[in-house]
Amino acid sequence: MPKIIINEKEIEFEKGMTVLQACELANVEIPRFCYHEKLSIAGNCRMCLVEMEKSPKPIASCAMPAEEGMKIKTNTEFVEKARKGVMEFLLANHPLDCPVCDQGGECDLQDQSLYYGVDKSRFLENKRFVKEKYMGPLIKTQMTRCIHCTRCVRFATEVAGVPELGAVGRGEDMEITTYLEKSMESELSANVIDLCPVGALTSKPYAFEARPWELKKTESIDVMDSVGSNIRVDTYGWEVKRILPRVNNEINEEWISDKTRYACDGLLKQRLDTPYIKKDGKLIKCSWEEAIGKICEKINSTDPNKLGAHVGDMVGLENIFAFKKLLSKIKCNSFDFREKNFYINSSDKINYLFNSSIKGIEDSDLILLVGCNPRHEATMVNARIRKTFSKKKTPIFSVGEPGDLTYEYQVVGKSTQDLKDIIDGKNHFKKQFLSSKKPIVIIGESALEMKSGQFIFEEIKEFLLKNNFINKNWNALNILIQNASTVGCLDLKFFNSNNIYESTFFDKIENNKFEIIYLLGSDNLEIKKKDEFIIYQGSHGDRGAEIADIILPSPAYTEQNSLFINLEGRVQECRKASYPPGKSMEDWKIFNLIYKSLKNEKLFYKHEDLKNSAMKEIINFSQIDSLPKKIIKDNKKINSNFDDETIIIKEIDYYFSNAVARSSKTMSDCRKIKLNLPKEGTNN
Amino acid sequence: MTLKTIYEKQPEVFKFSDKNLKIAEDILKKYPQDRKKSAVMPLLYLAQKQNENWIPLSAMKYIAKYLSIPYIKVYEVATFYSMYNLSPVGKYLVQVCTTSPCLIRGADKLLKVCKEKISTNEKELSENKKCSWMEVECLGACVNAPMIQVNEDYYEDLDEKNTREIIESLLKDKPLKPGSYRGRKNTSPENIQNFNGKINYDQNRR
Repeated sequence: MPKIIINEKEIEFEKGMTVLQACELANVEIPRFCYHEKLSIAGNCRMCLVEMEKSPKPIASCAMPAEEGMKIKTNTEFVEKARKGVMEFLLANHPLDCPVCDQGGECDLQDQSLYYGVDKSRFLENKRFVKEKYMGPLIKTQMTRCIHCTRCVRFATEVAGVPELGAVGRGEDMEITTYLEKSMESELSANVIDLCPVGALTSKPYAFEARPWELKKTESIDVMDSVGSNIRVDTYGWEVKRILPRVNNEINEEWISDKTRYACDGLLKQRLDTPYIKKDGKLIKCSWEEAIGKICEKINSTDPNKLGAHVGDMVGLENIFAFKKLLSKIKCNSFDFREKNFYINSSDKINYLFNSSIKGIEDSDLILLVGCNPRHEATMVNARIRKTFSKKKTPIFSVGEPGDLTYEYQVVGKSTQDLKDIIDGKNHFKKQFLSSKKPIVIIGESALEMKSGQFIFEEIKEFLLKNNFINKNWNALNILIQNASTVGCLDLKFFNSNNIYESTFFDKIENNKFEIIYLLGSDNLEIKKKDEFIIYQGSHGDRGAEIADIILPSPAYTEQNSLFINLEGRVQECRKASYPPGKSMEDWKIFNLIYKSLKNEKLFYKHEDLKNSAMKEIINFSQIDSLPKKIIKDNKKINSNFDDETIIIKEIDYYFSNAVARSSKTMSDCRKIKLNLPKEGTNN
Repeated sequence: MTLKTIYEKQPEVFKFSDKNLKIAEDILKKYPQDRKKSAVMPLLYLAQKQNENWIPLSAMKYIAKYLSIPYIKVYEVATFYSMYNLSPVGKYLVQVCTTSPCLIRGADKLLKVCKEKISTNEKELSENKKCSWMEVECLGACVNAPMIQVNEDYYEDLDEKNTREIIESLLKDKPLKPGSYRGRKNTSPENIQNFNGKINYDQNRR
């Protein structure tokens, strides 16, 4: 490896690194504004100047490739003078409004001016003023503060794939603006707030809410979709003030989707804080004893065969486990976790995972989407596909038409017949597919939901197995799961027969065969209520609570410790950041109460015990935060019926997909803009 | 310099004329297929020439579509360069050089004429909408100072009197011939010295 001398210390670096990256290897901190690891190099802020031997001028370390034998100095007077000069120019037009700026306390400019700022201004002219720009309901702009690092412009073009931001004008008159001042049409738009090194782009919903040093920070994971993005939850007392991304290069890199970030104001609204019971058609507040008593009375007087249970989209592993245990104790054998009756072959773990892993997408040389819209179903997966596309020009194909995915793709089929033709070799696309070395096939829930869902899955798997695309080193089979709880439910076998496809749960729901339905945080299941007695246990007064006869309040995902398995099979811990409101009680404790009242004994004594026994049930478990063990069983081929039908990708209401998002004002603002809904009379 | 203002009354559609479409195709041929976007500058200039010296937003959209690049990229380029006009400047755009050599040779007098004849402020249309003027930095014709540029032509070696004549001719839409107004050929010396040491004074002077 080549060597470079930094501050008289020799250091080895990888070829292709810049001087700045080499300096980081040597643990030398270089101040910067425009440089960002995940974006292209602009080299326009000039803050990263360093001294290079034999160069009369300082060099911009972020843009200079490191070479063998370079002698770099970062701690000389020469460097400091250069950086001070740059800082003075940056501050020439920067307003002195730190006391009223939301970035205060986490501002790169503020921090760096502490070291390189000059105490007095020599700038006698008027400071410039730039008009505020409109960038949608998420981003608050104060463009006078902008130092033109163009990080936001590069992010929008490169990562988000919506080239709507640009720098217009030049010199002192340069301004960052969106295309004709409209909101950014991207699910990743709010990441520009994190990227902005100054207070030019700040968070609109979080404006003037709190200062960063007042907040308690909890490292957690997101449950809005099944990706399990790593997040940091910032709380002030009980309130979750904001959610920020945490770097995890395996999953979300440095970004999170707007839903992950801004659905958090839904955690403060529509909350269930006390048990409710329906009396004379009205839900009224009641005590825990009364609610539990009523439930037990109902359970005791009902045939267990007429008992149904459903788990919602944001329930953690321990709670599913405890729920299943309670259900088996009361001999209920009809339960499910799916919101729509889609096909899943649960006999082997690889049948319901994103086996190539999210990071693995970058190694692929061909991507085939089958009936899925990753942009809305798993935004961070889509960002990774886009990254691969823009970096390596990986060809992307789709069966079914998902619409704008922020990258180019070719539609190779629209119906199941087209897919059959590809597998049979009647379509020339098969040849191209077979010539690739590391292909990826991503099957969406929309495809599995169809009549020939079984055919699609089994035939594709058979096809991949036959051509050796499923082996120890590479697994091309990927299922794009939509809900955070799904993989956990599948691992814990939260469905009522050995073969999930033969489940009669949906028939029973449709034909009103149940007498009691127990919903655990389940809001998206379609129930046409007749005379069923519905118990809803969850955090938000949403669709589930609307039809309930008894409501049991439980904490939301930021208020209890629980495990989640993401779509790759990675087990991650979601940690308690704040406490639930009112009388809400953790889900497993509620099950304890019910069981105690029924049989006079507890199901679990400690959360620790519950967690350990739940973890034992995880299939192919390796360790927390890492992918499961790669075990491929020999499966017999399941023959299935073929129906010729058009593959329709179900459009999901992105900003309204779960109870938390539906309670969030920010999300409903975003939705209004996306759907072009008119503003309400009370809202300006 | 301030940020360019975008004209309020924008035309709805813009399209290259047949003649210009051919020129645009020729321009595209100069660039490799995957570097098509580099043609944005000549195409913007072509659009400006076609549309009476200014570029409407619809033309930027048209060019963005023509080159299949994002609209904002065209917009960035158009607002960056000072020679793209984003609001009407009239059929004849008078650019008066006011950098030192021209100023020493009396460019301020030319400005006075412009203010008197065209409009009191720069970048404003004359009464008959035919003409506007602006101050610019060095146009690279210091040998022939003072000078003005009208669209693509240089009028050189000017004084107050012939500037007035030129501008009057522009306003009447009958522009005078460009070139030196002291009868010089390009930048050749004014007083040519013969081999015998004699000096030919004002041979071609009008």
